[in-house]
Amino acid sequence: MRFAYDTSYRDGHVLLRYFPGRLAYGLLMAALLIAPWIMPKYVVGELSYVFIMCIASLGLMVLVGYTGQVSLGHSAFIAIGAYAHTWLLAQGMPLVLSMLLAASFTGLIGLVIGLPAIRVSGLYLAMVTLAFAILTEHVIGRWKSVTGGFNGVSVNSPVLFGVDLSKLQSFYYLCLVVLVLVLLGLLNLMRAKTGRAFMGVRDSEAAAYGLGIWVAGYKVLAFVVSAMVTGLGGALLAHHVGFLTPEGFGLILSLELVLMVTIGGLGSLRGAILGAILISMLPTFISRIKPLLPDHIAKQFGLETFVFGLVLALFVLFEPKGLNGRWIKFKTFLETFPLYRKDMFKRGKSYMKSERYK
Amino acid sequence: MSVFAVSDLSLRFGGVQAIAGVNFAVEQGEVFAIIGPNGAGKTSILNVITRVFDPSHGRVVFEGQDITALPRHKVVHSGIGRTFQNIELFEGGTVLDNLLLGRHRFAHGSFAAQLLWTPTVRAAEAASRDHVEDVIQLLDLMPYRNSPVAGLPYGVRKVVELARALATQPRLLLLDEPASGLNPEETRELAFWIDDIQKDLGITVIMVEHDMSLVSEAADRVLCMNMGQVLALGTPAQVQSDPAVIAAYLGA
Repeated sequence: MRFAYDTSYRDGHVLLRYFPGRLAYGLLMAALLIAPWIMPKYVVGELSYVFIMCIASLGLMVLVGYTGQVSLGHSAFIAIGAYAHTWLLAQGMPLVLSMLLAASFTGLIGLVIGLPAIRVSGLYLAMVTLAFAILTEHVIGRWKSVTGGFNGVSVNSPVLFGVDLSKLQSFYYLCLVVLVLVLLGLLNLMRAKTGRAFMGVRDSEAAAYGLGIWVAGYKVLAFVVSAMVTGLGGALLAHHVGFLTPEGFGLILSLELVLMVTIGGLGSLRGAILGAILISMLPTFISRIKPLLPDHIAKQFGLETFVFGLVLALFVLFEPKGLNGRWIKFKTFLETFPLYRKDMFKRGKSYMKSERYK
Repeated sequence: MSVFAVSDLSLRFGGVQAIAGVNFAVEQGEVFAIIGPNGAGKTSILNVITRVFDPSHGRVVFEGQDITALPRHKVVHSGIGRTFQNIELFEGGTVLDNLLLGRHRFAHGSFAAQLLWTPTVRAAEAASRDHVEDVIQLLDLMPYRNSPVAGLPYGVRKVVELARALATQPRLLLLDEPASGLNPEETRELAFWIDDIQKDLGITVIMVEHDMSLVSEAADRVLCMNMGQVLALGTPAQVQSDPAVIAAYLGA
């Protein structure tokens, strides 16, 4: 067992405080760095896709997990990021600048979508964002001069300082670098004033106002940050698929993102990543086990959707805190061995909230 | 000149007159209690002061500044902190997170600096933590520093809320039923803390309270309200012996 023994206030927010953590993440990083050289090609491509989904899922986590605002419209932010990036590249913009501009443009759209969030929340916000997702898909389909419409548009290869990054391995590293930068940025933001204010807005608006948090402003800011990060993921996704059509950014993508953050565990960046890994690997996993299943199940239409739903249902029933909650329990089990009790994480009495005003 | 004054304050919700022309002034360093039966308009007064509601009529002045039209999130910047009748803690965080949120009104570095976790941000975070630790010491919250607030006992949660309000470094503290749900021992402790807050920190306190033992122990002056109007104003002893107050609220 380990007790936190802080000798300075700064010890409290060091990211990897202890040696085992540093070692584990160091090994993980090393493994990810050498993976493209030892893994089969399709695994490398698959991992790049997982990284991209991790970025998008981190973006959604800021909104859903940290500020408690539901969005079913994040497929649209991915689409806007992807199309903006493709268009900017086609205009001859350098790769990094184009990615940043695409992300900023998506952030700007996020600002516009975030404005209604000041007024509506919960189910109603979900409907606003849902409408936005459907609308975006249609606009992309019709705006042929820019998006190529339903015929699609091909994406120029990513070129950085004259080096073509479209090869599987180099693209893998590009995705990994962006993911690490996004993760570090969000980690910093979430342990600073902004992240705390997001949490304040989520947990009690009345108290947030009373402490000087501009609730409306932070709600919109969360939308902007979330849209920017998701748009960045979209820009990378454009390179991953290589050819964009509006159908690629349908509602299913939005729902997958929501699944990632819910199954991962709301309110944790680790959860966003674990959820993204699970959900984006699931289709591959299903197609792998299909040959092992009895024929009448394997050939069943909608098997994938069923498994997605089943996974969600099981998590909601048995582990509402998601993969992150499971991870924390496992870690506590190891750290307190052999003293771990089954009820350690059972909440005591939770107090009823009544007569809340906004 | 009083440090805080409410003049001719009225608040109407449709047909309900929650506050009807209330006047009172609070002196610097005073503990001022507001008592009265349920629905008398006590909490409404606090909510008008912290801009949850717009008053239909009247003015609220704090330190010579009219705060009647201040945006709701700016109230704390003028030096007014508050607690809530039904605990409004940030359930997802630890005690420390909650108290650090109390420091929100102070600078913690620009957005870009936070993104990069620059030395400025680190220093500001450490300075905030230092202030929060003072509050933790004052209110004996040391054992709970890193506990998630969701699992804490009710009495402790009340104290955490008080601590969070103190972390904003207020010059005027509004307490909405600080003793509700506390046992007699915790209430006595609270009376001592209010005394500390008044004497050591020099903070003016306005509290809405039903517990007459706390009111008579901690308050310098008491305002009794009924049906949105002022029934009596004076020292705890004066108000407690007022026939109108006995008839409307205390009972014989």
